[in-house]
Amino acid sequence: MNFFYAALKRELLIAFRHRSDIINPLAFFLMVAVLFPLGVSPDPEFLSEVAAGVIWVSALLACLLSVDGIFRSDYEDGGLEQMLVSSESLWVMVTAKVLTHWLISGFFLTLISPLVAMMFFLPESAYFSLMASLLLGTPTLSLMGAIGAALTVGLRKGGVLISLLVLPLYIPVLIFGSGTVQAGAMGLPIQGYIALLAALLVFSLMLAPFAIVAALKISVRS
Amino acid sequence: MLEVKNLYCERDERVLFEHFALQINPAEVVQIIGQNGSGKTTLLRILCGLSDAYEGELLWKNQAIAEVSRDYYQSLLYVGHLSGVKGSLTAEENLQWMVQLDSSLNKCTIAEALKQVGLYGFEDVPCHSLSAGQQRRVGLARLYLSSAPLWILDEPFTALDKQGVSEKEALIAAHVAAGGTVILTTHHNLVIPNQTVRYIDLDKAA
Repeated sequence: MNFFYAALKRELLIAFRHRSDIINPLAFFLMVAVLFPLGVSPDPEFLSEVAAGVIWVSALLACLLSVDGIFRSDYEDGGLEQMLVSSESLWVMVTAKVLTHWLISGFFLTLISPLVAMMFFLPESAYFSLMASLLLGTPTLSLMGAIGAALTVGLRKGGVLISLLVLPLYIPVLIFGSGTVQAGAMGLPIQGYIALLAALLVFSLMLAPFAIVAALKISVRS
Repeated sequence: MLEVKNLYCERDERVLFEHFALQINPAEVVQIIGQNGSGKTTLLRILCGLSDAYEGELLWKNQAIAEVSRDYYQSLLYVGHLSGVKGSLTAEENLQWMVQLDSSLNKCTIAEALKQVGLYGFEDVPCHSLSAGQQRRVGLARLYLSSAPLWILDEPFTALDKQGVSEKEALIAAHVAAGGTVILTTHHNLVIPNQTVRYIDLDKAA
């Protein structure tokens, strides 16, 4: 447990030394949300109808954009090799890394999502379902994205490949996530959607770290 | 204590090792020599379990390394081509993390190790603003901290100045005198005081 805190502290320290890594996904998320009404239609009725989908798609893409680099610098400076020759568990380090990624992307996105929801004239009754769905959905995005990042970290041009690998895994999260918000906006019960998102999160929390560790080993050792 | 049996490795359809055997005993310095591209780094990576692209047996104290990997990694200090030093962290923060990763880095305090490698006064500077030689020194500070019996060092003297090299040579000599083992590659003329160096020539292995 101490080792987990040490790993988490290091990751957070590195993240806060690279402020652009924190600002990039947030700026991307906000930009898509701001530009969309300008490009399509500023009509409040239309916007409130598409709000759920647009907010979820931009959150998903912001996450995908930033997850690519999650292991990159450790691979390039040899830090990953040192983790592999360590007697400590790589599983713990990977979990700390993914948690940090989620904190600086998904968690912050969740916090600013009401602001974007306001710009899209989302009914206030749907704010809770939006934040709850993002809070449960974005960690799944980070976990699944990290599998793709670990598989492609050894390739020089992994950027396109990671999208191809990870997007199919993201689709259920997107469907249930935006479904939650739509149900919330119409005043329907959202428990079913929330339960599905939570199930996806538990499922990926259980299995993704093992897949990430295995993928990292393949990337370094091949 | 470390044994390689019947190693076969090819890379880009070129055979690097065939029927290659190596026996490493306690308290010796083994220098792997060979031309560029002869497989020095590949061999060291195989020994550290950082490469799967080989066939053959690796034994640590007569047991397969894969089976005793925890014990093996606790006894191993690996300093690779890449230093493992994070540019955005300071020298002290980097070493704190390395100590977390490797519990055998317990011989002295981090401050002591930094003083030994000549980085006293630089411990609060982010490593990306240190020179290449100084960054190398941050990684090599582990040699002062380590109580692991087996050191595998891949080109440890790159970017070091003459004084730095002779300090590290003295350190290797002390490690071997205390019963430790060092396997290294370098293009320097290695002078280890009071110790004989065993050479493994990879140009003859293929």
